Amino acid sequence: MRYFGVVALIAAKDLKSELRRPDQAVALLFFAGLVLVVFHFTFDFTIIDFATLGPGILWVAFIFSGVLALSHTFQAEREADRIEGILLAPIDPSAFYLGKVVSTVIIMAGVEAILVPVSVVMFNHRFGSHITLTILVLILNTIGFAAVGTLLAAMTTRTRLGEMLLSLLLLPMAVPITLAAVKTTSAILSGRPFDRYAHWLTLSAAYDIIFLSAAVLLFDYVLEE
Amino acid sequence: MITAPSNEPAVRAAALRRVYGTLPALDGVDLTAPSGTCILLLGANGAGKSTLLRVLSTLIPPTSGTLWIHGADVRQADRVALRRRIGLLAHQTYLYEDLSAAENLQFYARLYGLPSPRDAAREALASAALGDRADDFVRTFSRGMKQRLAIARTLLHDPDLLLLDEPFTGLDRESCADLTGRLAALRDAGRTCVLATHAVTVAAGLADRVVVLAAGRIAADHPAARMGPRELESLLGEVTRGPAGPGGA
Repeated sequence: MRYFGVVALIAAKDLKSELRRPDQAVALLFFAGLVLVVFHFTFDFTIIDFATLGPGILWVAFIFSGVLALSHTFQAEREADRIEGILLAPIDPSAFYLGKVVSTVIIMAGVEAILVPVSVVMFNHRFGSHITLTILVLILNTIGFAAVGTLLAAMTTRTRLGEMLLSLLLLPMAVPITLAAVKTTSAILSGRPFDRYAHWLTLSAAYDIIFLSAAVLLFDYVLEE
Repeated sequence: MITAPSNEPAVRAAALRRVYGTLPALDGVDLTAPSGTCILLLGANGAGKSTLLRVLSTLIPPTSGTLWIHGADVRQADRVALRRRIGLLAHQTYLYEDLSAAENLQFYARLYGLPSPRDAAREALASAALGDRADDFVRTFSRGMKQRLAIARTLLHDPDLLLLDEPFTGLDRESCADLTGRLAALRDAGRTCVLATHAVTVAAGLADRVVVLAAGRIAADHPAARMGPRELESLLGEVTRGPAGPGGA
């Protein structure tokens, strides 16, 4: 019980700090929105089917906003070595990891909750009757991205080139989950039958389980100086 | 609070060595701090004082050597249980600027699993004379107020081993006197204190022993009873003129 209390405590602290720095939240949304606007004016979506390009556009926006969210949440720990204050506490370090994953997932979910309706209006497409499946895809892949991103952010946070290293390591490591996310979203938008993309959902779920489990088991070593 | 077995010193370090890259910050430190005593750690900048405190706090492991905290070898001991008994005040305050003073202390109280975080935070704020600023964001505090809050954070869980790195930084005379009185009371109550400071005249009355670090080694270890502020100032003058190593402050 105390373990999950610490997870909630870390996540709540991060979210409270983020809400009190609206400039960063606005920058995050602005950046993600800008991606949609640029693609909207680059391609003529009266000719191109949104299901072909749209999933890629959406996930580019989600992933880059995720990288920014990870940088923000770890910047607070990096500044003034606050992470040491947490490491000194009598807690399981993996609770700190899971707390960071939860806060990153919530921040990314907030961006997705705004961008998906915006994209519906901007690109004039419909998720139709598959909205539940779309939400499942968003949740599964956002968790996977936050799981690997948080692990790498923790590994790089105390290095001199932390933020640059995070992007360099995270984007290649996130290729499987990005691929699964784009393929599944595309299949849903195209109205393909579930069994045609079920394997991508399985891949996303497996990725989540593997990275969350490995990180929980190894996080103590990741943080050791 | 768990009490230490009376026959075990709070800290026992044997041949502690900590190397950063190829540079030794600590180079064979032997140190014993019996429970209920206060050790004043002196040394020039870079002598290894901060590194020693960080190793003693279990924040960083020694490269070699053995460290026992309350009789438990830190490499084999339950680190969670051990950390409940240690309070480290480092150069950095570890405070979150976007949280209020009360929120910061409640956050740490919850991390340490204190039964009543709100009450613990309120009492700690009162003892730091910050009760009237409880709901203000830390980013609005002066350096001295942040230091008082950081001290309150360090003492929040009533640790029985206190590791304090320059605790008087930014404090005015009244706050220095308050802190000295508080540390003396804690020492008399059986808490152990290892204190690194250059404010030796302020800390003079607290110490049972004065340990001098130079280039990662213990250069001198004096009983403090016969040393007044003037002798300590003279000793600090001698050590700060010595050669500096790579160990940080």
